[in-house]
Amino acid sequence: MTTTPSRPDAAAGLARAFAEYAPSPEGRDIVAIRPRYGLVIDGRERPAREGRTFPTLEPATGDVLAEVAEAGPADVDDAVRAARRAWEERWRDLGGRTRAKLLFRLARLLQDRAREFAVLETIDGGKPIRESRDVDVPLAAAHLFHHAGWADKLEYAMPGMRARPLGVVAQVIPWNFPLLMAAWKIAPALACGNTVVLKPAETTPLTALLLAELVDEAGVPPGVVNILTGAGDTGAALVAHPGIDKVAFTGSTEVGRAIRRAVAGRGVRLTLELGGKGAHLVFEDAALDQAVEGVVEGIFFNQGHVCCAGSRLLVQESVADEMLRRLRRRVDALRVGDPLDKNTDVGAINSAAQLATIRAYVDEAVAAGCEVHQPARPLPERGWFHAPTIVSGLGGSERIARKEVFGPVLAVQTFRTEQEAVAKANATAYGLSAGVWTDKGARILWVARRLRAGVVWANTFNKFDPASPFGGLRESGVGREGGRQGLAEYLDLAPVGG
Amino acid sequence: MVTLARDSRGALLAGAHTGPLRVAPVDGLALEERAARLMARSVKRESKQAGLLLAVACTDLTTLEGADTPGRVRAMCARALRPDPEDPGVPPVAAVCVYPERVADARAALGDAPVHVASVAGGFPAGLTPLPDRLDEIRRAVAAGADEIDIVLNRAALLAGRLDVVADEVAAAKEAAGHAHLKTILETGELGSYETVRLAATVAMAAGSDVIKTSTGKLPLSATGPVALCMAEAIRDHAQQTGRPVGLKLAGGIRTAKQALGFLALVGETLGVEWLHPDRLRFGASSLLDDLVLQLRFRRTGRYARPGDLPVH
Repeated sequence: MTTTPSRPDAAAGLARAFAEYAPSPEGRDIVAIRPRYGLVIDGRERPAREGRTFPTLEPATGDVLAEVAEAGPADVDDAVRAARRAWEERWRDLGGRTRAKLLFRLARLLQDRAREFAVLETIDGGKPIRESRDVDVPLAAAHLFHHAGWADKLEYAMPGMRARPLGVVAQVIPWNFPLLMAAWKIAPALACGNTVVLKPAETTPLTALLLAELVDEAGVPPGVVNILTGAGDTGAALVAHPGIDKVAFTGSTEVGRAIRRAVAGRGVRLTLELGGKGAHLVFEDAALDQAVEGVVEGIFFNQGHVCCAGSRLLVQESVADEMLRRLRRRVDALRVGDPLDKNTDVGAINSAAQLATIRAYVDEAVAAGCEVHQPARPLPERGWFHAPTIVSGLGGSERIARKEVFGPVLAVQTFRTEQEAVAKANATAYGLSAGVWTDKGARILWVARRLRAGVVWANTFNKFDPASPFGGLRESGVGREGGRQGLAEYLDLAPVGG
Repeated sequence: MVTLARDSRGALLAGAHTGPLRVAPVDGLALEERAARLMARSVKRESKQAGLLLAVACTDLTTLEGADTPGRVRAMCARALRPDPEDPGVPPVAAVCVYPERVADARAALGDAPVHVASVAGGFPAGLTPLPDRLDEIRRAVAAGADEIDIVLNRAALLAGRLDVVADEVAAAKEAAGHAHLKTILETGELGSYETVRLAATVAMAAGSDVIKTSTGKLPLSATGPVALCMAEAIRDHAQQTGRPVGLKLAGGIRTAKQALGFLALVGETLGVEWLHPDRLRFGASSLLDDLVLQLRFRRTGRYARPGDLPVH
């Protein structure tokens, strides 16, 4: 631009020093991680009866953070009995206004300690602090606030119906949004007058246990919220227990099937929120730069550990090259690294096992001759990390194009017409999410009506609101969470006078 | 899709974009979300130090008031050469920006120093004086010693759909500016939508602008994150299509070092680190320099200076 550039080398050096972004880690000191954690049953923390424990690790380093009690069948029985007693003696007849007050108090306590929860979530789970700070914790509080508001208005939520609580609810949640899923499950259950036995995932138990402290501090009676830590066996024992009235599960389709079999014929209510293989449909008239942002956010948010992730990109052939060029350039700019660093875009993979799963999918795609793009930046040497990955040149029958990878891997295919786009998007056993990217309002409506997905976003992706029902079709699950539909899943409804 | 009609004056666009002018749709909500994310980068320690110095080096120290006297411009030029009298490590700014009548004063005050003299010209800030007058003003500013000319885009023609008029006027200004570099102000606060911003940016670049600039600084709505991002994306596409890098000048409403660091992050991550250079990025501001110097002093001495500790121009 200028005729006599001034100190060009000095400016270029400054630019490089600036653009590197010196480390900006959020402090760990705000959390105090204890060496041992117990089960929370009837308001008391205690070891498992059989004395078994398991370690929870920090994904960014692989180091052990704490030893956590592993609940066995006897502990499950204790917890379900405690929840039953609490329901019958202390919670069922407490009244909506009091339940609302307690939930509001819990929501505010969570907001008060938001930074602590965000840091702990990032340490235990590996997600970037920016996400736990800006998404997980605020959304968890939002779910508590939203359902607190319903607690004394259930007749208005369900006009013409008499709404009664179900009883004891068994809740099994995954490792991708540990705190958010806990709040997402506990809030409607308590608002509707049920008591809870919650099992967090074995790799991420810490924020649910910290939340249990807040539940107690808020004044929720003992036994209303019980936390059983453990792995698959603990969860299986919980859903098989005869003392439960409902199961709410979020996790893999495979486990969801097993749970469905386990509760069949028992009169136990069930909601399942399972896997997905969500598709972005990018049309040639889309705002491409913003579509690129949305696709990046849709698949690399939380390292792709998102059931509703947009893990498939279907792009119209006329703009496919252009879209891919922009997408690759954008992915090259993603910062992968220390999850506690405020500038990290993509954090650590949650576990060594999950990392191996993701690598197996990508290796298979490479072997099959697919085109695989990853940024050149090196990954951290310690911990479990996977580069953001774009796989193109796919026919559509490859495993990576059909199965849920649950990692930062985007599978790209092209289409020619709207009909073809819809057919390809629907060519999956799942049916959880989809995103439509186009400048034409009419096209959004035409396409969205034909997509087989529980949620369809238009020109955006991964937007969540407690007032909006969320859930899937087909192998993505049954039932809805959030909104009035989500409330109904926790209520025994009968017509008034019926 | 817009195609610029080219007549015999098409020669003015030699070297610029000559194919059909395609302007991509812009989704405002997503643009704003992305811009907010970029502006919120956490810039610390040595990156912050480098960013503050870089922001100084990219500043167009500006005075555009009716009451600008030769004395005021001289004082500003002294400040431009030595932004912090107590710290020779703070580099000179990129340019001083004045009205045409003050160009000779600025040129005299700066001597051979590596600080450019930029002049607004061409009926600033409305740009609605007759075209021959505007071109004449540009020529006189260049003759007086300006090596950068900041013109305003003809928003009236743009909003009336006369892209050919807009482009021809910019091309004529480019010719009038001769060896001086042409910085075209889009005045984004008057354009109404991000898509119009992108259209204006695309036309201004296609017609030969060396730099596109957000604002005159005369409106309450000036350089914002989303507008900067929208223009940066247009620059990126133009460079990709034509191979010609166009500069970006963010002007108006930038007062704090924190804002400047946010814009550096936005430009660096959108256009690449090579755009973080006074040849390709400018901040048009009058009070920003004070905050940059205060922040640099704090980093050097560990305490905040009072505003009264800085020279006034």
